[in-house]
Amino acid sequence: MYSYYLTIVLAPLFAAIVAGLFGHKIGRKGAHSITIGAVGLSCLLSFYVLYRMYWGGAEPENVSAYTWAVSDGLRMEIGFLVDRLTALMMAVVTFVSLMVHVYTIGYMHDDPGYQRFFSYISLFTFSMLMLVMSNNFLQLFFGWEAVGLVSYLLIGFWFKRETAIFANLKAFLVNRVGDFGFILGIAAVVMFTGSLDYVAVFGQAEEVAAQSIEVFPGSPWNAMTLICILLFIGAMGKSAQAPLHVWLPDSMEGPTPISALIHAATMVTAGIFMVARMSPLYEFSTTALAVVIVIGAITAFFMGLLGIVQNDIKRVVAYSTLSQLGYMTVALGASAYGAAIFHLMTHAFFKALLFLGAGSVIIAMHHEQDIRKMGGIRKYMPITYWTSLIGSLALIGFPGTAGFFSKDLLIEAVRESHWHGAGAVYWIAYLSVLLGVFVTALYSFRMFFLVFHGEERMDKETRSHLHETPWVVTVPLIMLAIPSLVIGWYTVGPVLFGGFFGDAIVVDPGRDVLAHMGEHWHGPMGLLTHAWQTPVFWLAMAGLATAVYFYLLRPDLPAKIKAKVEGLYNLLDRKYYFDDLYIKGFAAWGRGIGTALWKRGDQFLIDGVLVNGTANSVGKLAGVMRQLQSGYLYTYAFAMIIGLTMFLGWLIWFR
Amino acid sequence: MIGLQHYLTLSAMLFVLSIAGIIINRRNLILLLMCIELMLLAVNFNFIAFSRYLGDETGQVFVFFILTVAAAEAAIGLAILVVLFRTRRSINVQELNSLKG
Repeated sequence: MYSYYLTIVLAPLFAAIVAGLFGHKIGRKGAHSITIGAVGLSCLLSFYVLYRMYWGGAEPENVSAYTWAVSDGLRMEIGFLVDRLTALMMAVVTFVSLMVHVYTIGYMHDDPGYQRFFSYISLFTFSMLMLVMSNNFLQLFFGWEAVGLVSYLLIGFWFKRETAIFANLKAFLVNRVGDFGFILGIAAVVMFTGSLDYVAVFGQAEEVAAQSIEVFPGSPWNAMTLICILLFIGAMGKSAQAPLHVWLPDSMEGPTPISALIHAATMVTAGIFMVARMSPLYEFSTTALAVVIVIGAITAFFMGLLGIVQNDIKRVVAYSTLSQLGYMTVALGASAYGAAIFHLMTHAFFKALLFLGAGSVIIAMHHEQDIRKMGGIRKYMPITYWTSLIGSLALIGFPGTAGFFSKDLLIEAVRESHWHGAGAVYWIAYLSVLLGVFVTALYSFRMFFLVFHGEERMDKETRSHLHETPWVVTVPLIMLAIPSLVIGWYTVGPVLFGGFFGDAIVVDPGRDVLAHMGEHWHGPMGLLTHAWQTPVFWLAMAGLATAVYFYLLRPDLPAKIKAKVEGLYNLLDRKYYFDDLYIKGFAAWGRGIGTALWKRGDQFLIDGVLVNGTANSVGKLAGVMRQLQSGYLYTYAFAMIIGLTMFLGWLIWFR
Repeated sequence: MIGLQHYLTLSAMLFVLSIAGIIINRRNLILLLMCIELMLLAVNFNFIAFSRYLGDETGQVFVFFILTVAAAEAAIGLAILVVLFRTRRSINVQELNSLKG
């Protein structure tokens, strides 16, 4: 199996190098053929690995591929830990990536950077696979940084746009903040366990949890809490949790396939995956789990609210991504890692579908993204309409769709997670995810109705060109719509309650909510028939009904409400002033220090005083000294005589 | 009786004269050359006086060498002077200050 793993990882890398360095030689057709071929191969093999893991009963494998360095007993290796968690992630990542690759042929059809784009998305797939297949922290960090780098390249793909450059720099910087915590976390792991290897570290988890460290003098912290919180700060950056979420909406400046690939299905899930992978560590620190659940709850609810006021089609989807990531984080905090990964999987399908659907609309609208200028597109683009409808229904958790099973059970798991006590943490989390359902339904269908229904608000020119997008766009839509509809039905039982993850995810038996829920599990049909009894269902329906009322029946109302609650609207429109805080606060502060160092430190001190100062003082000294050089022979002769006399005098009197 | 000290005094006087000539004279380059010659002769005087005083002929042999070199030096000095005059149209020491810093 080892050669399979290597092929899965290296095929996209190889394709990325070929398409990137020899793009002009192999041409457009060559570039997309090789990258799609490589990712397709990875995808096939990943599914084979998943098949072997689940149906074939293969044992988890932990192989070391290459030892990079050994320093003071610390082995730095490249290796693969492939268990069912990894296999599931590999299958999701490569499948969504493959769909995005195919879709890109249509979306980037007229773009001059065609080959470069394919190279980047293949490189991204490679990075993500390195991240999920890793068996040690160092490789995890490599994958972590590599996806960060490629996302930077991709968000700024249209590098002539001012906004894109701003957005990619922002994404990069915000991710740096998270990565700072992450690398400190890895350093703490090495400090306490002396190893980077997952298995070795997990084996020592109990001993680490018994130790404590003084972070600030006089306040001892549990070592495990410290490690887990630091690692989670990394996850907050990568998975865009509040308050490090600000980069994700802006990253919509990149081409749409990227939004689907990076910002819905794969990169942002890295943080969720990482926490699930580290479950043997997190289980030893309830404090860290409480932090996780609160951060997730805040993100889930408040970021969803922002989606209601956005007018850019992609940004609405972006905020729904933030909100859904919050859901997953809440599940992690509730120790329901399986539910988080399950929601991650279903979300990957329907969110990629929604993004690609939005992209399809954008292509047809000639790169117009403002939903106020759309409307009534349904009859022009039937395939996009139906697939987007499926995506939206899955997102709000409509009974029967994939999102229904994952979200309903996720919320159920949070409700059941009594181990937090009935304290504030528990109520914040539960209320947030519950109210989030209503908000999700409202903004999803607000966008859906504004785009596909109602009056046609685009100009005549655009309308005359409006037609369904080519097959390279619609086929991925259909391919993603199918799992968005049915995958929940087939996988909910085994993944959540069938012990699918085996030893990959460790949960303290005392608060294993999923096992507890599993005792009352009667198959997907049972869940479906009881759907109407849950508040989740009614809240989703209420959100849907609100959207119908405001955007189909009384389209004049939203503007009036907006005028009434100007203050609230502004708060949401300015995204709770996070951007202002960061740009005018931290960024301005940083730039202030930078300017001071530049002006005072570099220009004044180093350039002015040290470098030019030395030259100037030498010049000045020389200016004085040159006065001695009169040019007249007799002065030189006189000086020589004086000198001679002094030497002679010295010889005579002092020797 | 004329002893060593008389010779040395004369030599020192000649030397100081030539130095004074070099420093005080600000007109003529030829005068400078002559002063240098005079300085050499003052040194020669010393050599001969000590040679006679110590009864060692090496000093006198030295004087011959110095005289030869001085002759060559005078020739070169005068040649330079001629060339200098051709280019600068002047041998005035006060005008020759192109080395001024």
